[in-house]
Amino acid sequence: MLLEVRGLRAYYRTLTGYVKAVNGVDLQLGEEILGIVGESGSGKSTLASSIILPKPPLRIVEGEVLFRGERIVAPSDTSGLTRVRYRHISIIPQYAMDSLSPTRKVYKIIKDLARGLGDDVLAKARRRLRRVNLPERVLDMYPVELSGGMKQRTVIVISTLLDPEVLIADEVTSALDVTTQRAVLEMLRDFKDSGIVRSIMIITHDIASVYQVSDTLAIMYAGRIVEHGPAEKVIRDPLHPYAQALISSIPKIGIHYKMQKLKGIPGNPPSLRNPPSGCAFHPRCSRSLDECSSREPRMVSKDGRRVACLLYE
Amino acid sequence: MTRGVWNLCANILELRGVTKVFKTGLTGKPVVAVDKVSFALREGEILSLLGESGSGKSTIARMILRFLKPTQGSIIYRGKDVWRLQGREVLEYYQEVQGIFQDPYSSFNPIHRVEHHLKQALRSLADGKKNFDEDNVIREAMERVGLNPQNVMGKYPHELSGGQLQRLSIARALLARPRLLVADEPVSMLDASTRVDLLNILAELRDEERMTIILIGHDLSLAYYISDTVVVLYRGSVMESGHVDEVLMRPKHPYTRLLLDSVPQLDKKWEHRMGLENGDQDYDELSKGCKFAPRCPKRFDKCEETPPLLTLGSRRVSCWLYADRQS
Amino acid sequence: MEQHTVSRTKEFLHHIRRNRKVKAGLALFAAILALAIVGPLFTPYGPLEPTGEAGRPPSLEHPLGTNTFTYDVYAQTVYGLRSSLLIGFLGGLIATVIGILIGLAAGYMGGLVDEFLMMLTNIFLVIPTLALLIVIAAYIEYRGIMIESLIIGLTSWPWTARAVRAQTLSLKNREFVLVARMSGASGLRIMVGEILPNMFSYAIMVFILQFGGAILYAVGLDFLGLGPTKGISLGLILQQAVLWNAIQLGMWWWAIPPGLIIALLLASLYTINTGMDEVLNPRLRRLE
Repeated sequence: MLLEVRGLRAYYRTLTGYVKAVNGVDLQLGEEILGIVGESGSGKSTLASSIILPKPPLRIVEGEVLFRGERIVAPSDTSGLTRVRYRHISIIPQYAMDSLSPTRKVYKIIKDLARGLGDDVLAKARRRLRRVNLPERVLDMYPVELSGGMKQRTVIVISTLLDPEVLIADEVTSALDVTTQRAVLEMLRDFKDSGIVRSIMIITHDIASVYQVSDTLAIMYAGRIVEHGPAEKVIRDPLHPYAQALISSIPKIGIHYKMQKLKGIPGNPPSLRNPPSGCAFHPRCSRSLDECSSREPRMVSKDGRRVACLLYE
Repeated sequence: MTRGVWNLCANILELRGVTKVFKTGLTGKPVVAVDKVSFALREGEILSLLGESGSGKSTIARMILRFLKPTQGSIIYRGKDVWRLQGREVLEYYQEVQGIFQDPYSSFNPIHRVEHHLKQALRSLADGKKNFDEDNVIREAMERVGLNPQNVMGKYPHELSGGQLQRLSIARALLARPRLLVADEPVSMLDASTRVDLLNILAELRDEERMTIILIGHDLSLAYYISDTVVVLYRGSVMESGHVDEVLMRPKHPYTRLLLDSVPQLDKKWEHRMGLENGDQDYDELSKGCKFAPRCPKRFDKCEETPPLLTLGSRRVSCWLYADRQS
Repeated sequence: MEQHTVSRTKEFLHHIRRNRKVKAGLALFAAILALAIVGPLFTPYGPLEPTGEAGRPPSLEHPLGTNTFTYDVYAQTVYGLRSSLLIGFLGGLIATVIGILIGLAAGYMGGLVDEFLMMLTNIFLVIPTLALLIVIAAYIEYRGIMIESLIIGLTSWPWTARAVRAQTLSLKNREFVLVARMSGASGLRIMVGEILPNMFSYAIMVFILQFGGAILYAVGLDFLGLGPTKGISLGLILQQAVLWNAIQLGMWWWAIPPGLIIALLLASLYTINTGMDEVLNPRLRRLE
């Protein structure tokens, strides 16, 4: 197991109390591409930051994160992270492509990030750029001169220059057009298949796009994982009522409302300040039982995947 | 059904060679955002304007809504040039044509309670004022779009979810009892699981009141779900247009094909690698001929000239590949 | 979207309370204001009432001594502070209001209105204000505090107008303004009801700066002898102290206290302003 998350709870401290953004997550990451899918208020981005970049006002309240069996994150102790960050676990944060310094050329940005690693970093960067079909002159350009897709590809090249074992990509395709989105996702797949990185965690709200390149999928709701398993199984035959409702609400080309009327999920996204009691999805769930409002479902194995729903306990 | 100055026409709205040129930067280098775009809508039709960023789709919406003036060409609503309306006619135009925008949070003034926005529309746009109870009408409009007035009345925009606000945007537009609704990416900022409900509301408006709707977006599946007609735009020009089944099920234009190939679908996994596009070209520099040519796998000599908008059966396509097959 | 349970006003007040600069600035300003309000109660003398003792150093009877004309410097300072604050308030208010109105109209209406108003603004920016003031002051024989505030207010609005115009330009293309236009709201309604309220916090900051600017302006005018022909102000005290060689004659108590109060007053206003900037601009706000 490369990365293991055990009983993780990570809260934001605010004026009016805690925002329980990650509220009990167990997850194991092997050599695979794992897609973490969630809508607003699911805590998916917070999960990414709490694994690798927990900083105030985000606080690790409970649980731990292990990398190759070694603890790297625990409540009030994230000292283990500095050892593994970038070298072993690299993250592309949301909006990373807008945060490239506009006044520095790309090669300077690379030099700053990989200080003390000598000139072969640039040679490597050149090789990687060629690999993703970008011209070497990208190195001599300012980030603003690059188009969205080129910029995002450059960001991925930069963040994997040290050949990390784990890459966490947070909403890397959400600002891109569909044609460039596909190119970026296929590039991630290629990085995994060719062994540049050993495993990738893609965090996104777009289930259809991440499905295309993932081996496994985890669906989050209100700070918890509700279903986790092989991508094909989760999409074709979801078990959790939220996963079922989410997947069946997404139109496909060829479905017109006059032929087949789709239904969304009623109600509003959950509040992370005061998440509903019991199963957080129960107020919007069409299959909820009486005890759903009082008892928190445990994660159980069922049909080759893990699911957290009282229907299967 | 007509009110005021409007005529009964075969087409409720018509764009004729509409062009918009922006001047950018310090040098004022002109950028053609919309390039001689023409299309028409019949009453009761749902038309999707599809395009990626830089396609000019939102600029077209803003020109129809009278926020941006076309550099060339005209926009005709029921026989009247939208940009020649004067004085009271402008108000009458907004009684007929309303819009909703992409970002629900910036569509509402953060310092006002949400019903302020509805009252404002009601007071100046609704017919036969004063004969009704304002609050009642607003409550009805809220219920119409699936909102419980008790949950939203008296709230500030930031206290509501994106989905609730977007429903309120529709409710506000409905108070004018418009005949044409221009929806600029109305669901792209909403959660996937709530998008389809909003589209269902729009579909109901068309089915029950024969409202005409222009839906602007980039999501082909959403466009297929609700539209009768689609217009595919690329860098300000129409690439292909026609009935949704024709264009999205049997695409002709290489760009429409590329789009359809790139769209992730839950019912099929990408089988082949599309390969990474060469990032060596700056497409903006190449403005001669077909705009898609630099990326087109099928380009040939002819593509250095601007292709005409060809009519193939019920569809129109702007590509030299079909020049000899025009019907 | 996460639902917010704290109202914006509450959040704003919370950050105000936590900001050290705002707190320190407000405390200093409150102390100076208190001095202006209750200060006169602690002296039997008026600002222009001869005491019969010339050039006395500070003592129990005259906390800040007396000057060459036998006036009590403490009485002059506290009364002078009152009028300086009044000039700052009125002058700042007039400049802020004019600047906002012109900037709003120019930014929202655009076209010819914009061109005309910006031409006017630029003229006011480039003509030497001091020269204009000298001419105006020379023609008005009787000049009171009100006239001085008016002159200052009428000449220091241009930069506010330009800044407000820029703000208006960015707000007027926001969707909620477009929505108001589609809702049939008139231009005036949109300017006053939709755009202006969104500039409220900005207007407060502008006013604080104009307040400080007006005080400084008044001191300058007084110093040049263009101040009020009657009455007293901090600037007038300084002018007389310098004119009658207070420092050279060793009468530091005549020049230092009023100068110090002006400096503290301006310091308090600028501190409040930078603190407010931190509160209102989340990028400058430090998270715990």
